Amino acid sequence: MTQTIRVDIVSAEAEIFSGEATMVVATGELGELGVTPRHAPLITRLKPGHVDVLLASGERQQFYVSGGILEVQPQVVTVLADTAARAADLDEAAALQAKKEAEEALANRSEAIEIGEAQAKLAEAMAQLQALERLRKNLKH
Amino acid sequence: MASGREIKTKIKSTQNMRKVTRALEMVSAAKIRRAQDLMKASRPYARSMRKVIAHVAQASTDFSHPFLTQRDHVARVGYIVVSTDRGLCGGLNSNLFRRLLPAIAEWQRQGVQVDVVAIGQKAIAFFRRLNGINLVGSVGHLGEKPKLEQLVGVIKVMMDSYTANGLDRVFLAYNDFINTMTQKPTVDALLPLPLAASELEALEEAGESAYAGIKLGQGHEWDYIYEPDAQAVLEHVMGRYIESVVYQASLENLASEHAARMVAMKSASDNANKVIDELTLVYNKARQAAITQEISEIVAGAAAV
Repeated sequence: MTQTIRVDIVSAEAEIFSGEATMVVATGELGELGVTPRHAPLITRLKPGHVDVLLASGERQQFYVSGGILEVQPQVVTVLADTAARAADLDEAAALQAKKEAEEALANRSEAIEIGEAQAKLAEAMAQLQALERLRKNLKH
Repeated sequence: MASGREIKTKIKSTQNMRKVTRALEMVSAAKIRRAQDLMKASRPYARSMRKVIAHVAQASTDFSHPFLTQRDHVARVGYIVVSTDRGLCGGLNSNLFRRLLPAIAEWQRQGVQVDVVAIGQKAIAFFRRLNGINLVGSVGHLGEKPKLEQLVGVIKVMMDSYTANGLDRVFLAYNDFINTMTQKPTVDALLPLPLAASELEALEEAGESAYAGIKLGQGHEWDYIYEPDAQAVLEHVMGRYIESVVYQASLENLASEHAARMVAMKSASDNANKVIDELTLVYNKARQAAITQEISEIVAGAAAV
């Protein structure tokens, strides 16, 4: 019987693959590595590229990852794949965008009233009206 | 008493309302399933991440990361608030905000600055009207299938601020999906990572098969081979972990939104039914009264002749 190693490939959004394999080949930051059963514990960042899983049946399954982390335990290999291409400057741009959006939201405070805000105000006004009506009814009695 | 025609229009408009609330109810019921599936699909990632961090944090590496160290002095805190984009979901958002406000007020009383990043239109609309807090980042319109990339920006704003010593603590506020009837407004500590000893034990007890052969701690010290080095890997893992936690929260919130909307719309439909029943009764009475009056008028007229 050939030895196998459990392979889990997961991303934040979905479970991509889970099963037994005889070998896993991935592109680590320091170069390509092949992981076989009883490998020493290892953890590395992955470069964008293929993750090849050699199944016990001899079949070869290929997955593309745009980066991530590879964690190796003697009996388990876990690939924590990124969901999209990530780079420091891309993240930076996203952060700037988030800041800008907040600033815009604050700047628009007085000008164009956003629907959500208008609804909040409407609810407030309705509550006030209801309270007034109740008062009026009480006065009548 | 209102005339027959007036009541009829009222019944018609209530029926139309019921049509809308029923449709919304059914749409949400269908979407709950999908949101729950998304939630389940993203769990293994977070679990694996947590395992790795728990291990690295207690492994023999003598290295401490700002994300793991508690700061005694708190001068500024951050909140990541996850809300829905749309309304008509009962008290979901207001319950969450109501839970947050006392906490924020308490920080302010202590002279602590509060930064907020808002996820979802409702949180944006709420926090920009709130005085005394700094809205430092926001993202809205996540849609039915939120993507992690959509959240990267707001998360980075908070993490950068934390690493640069701007923030001393970061919290995550969202609605935890428990079941269709219950959603719990939750505020979790996000940074520094709450890796209490008890949690590590719980992880070990859960019998994570990967660790079965290797006892953690207790003399049998082992560590990963890090490529390229521990610090770089740990930093990477922790960044991704925080992202996955926030992402998971936004999914929980999405499921909560649909559940809350379904329940709210169901009770709205029920209320509409009740109103329609009452109005129909009033209408029938009015009609009967009109007929009776007409007959008595005819009879009186006949009698007079």
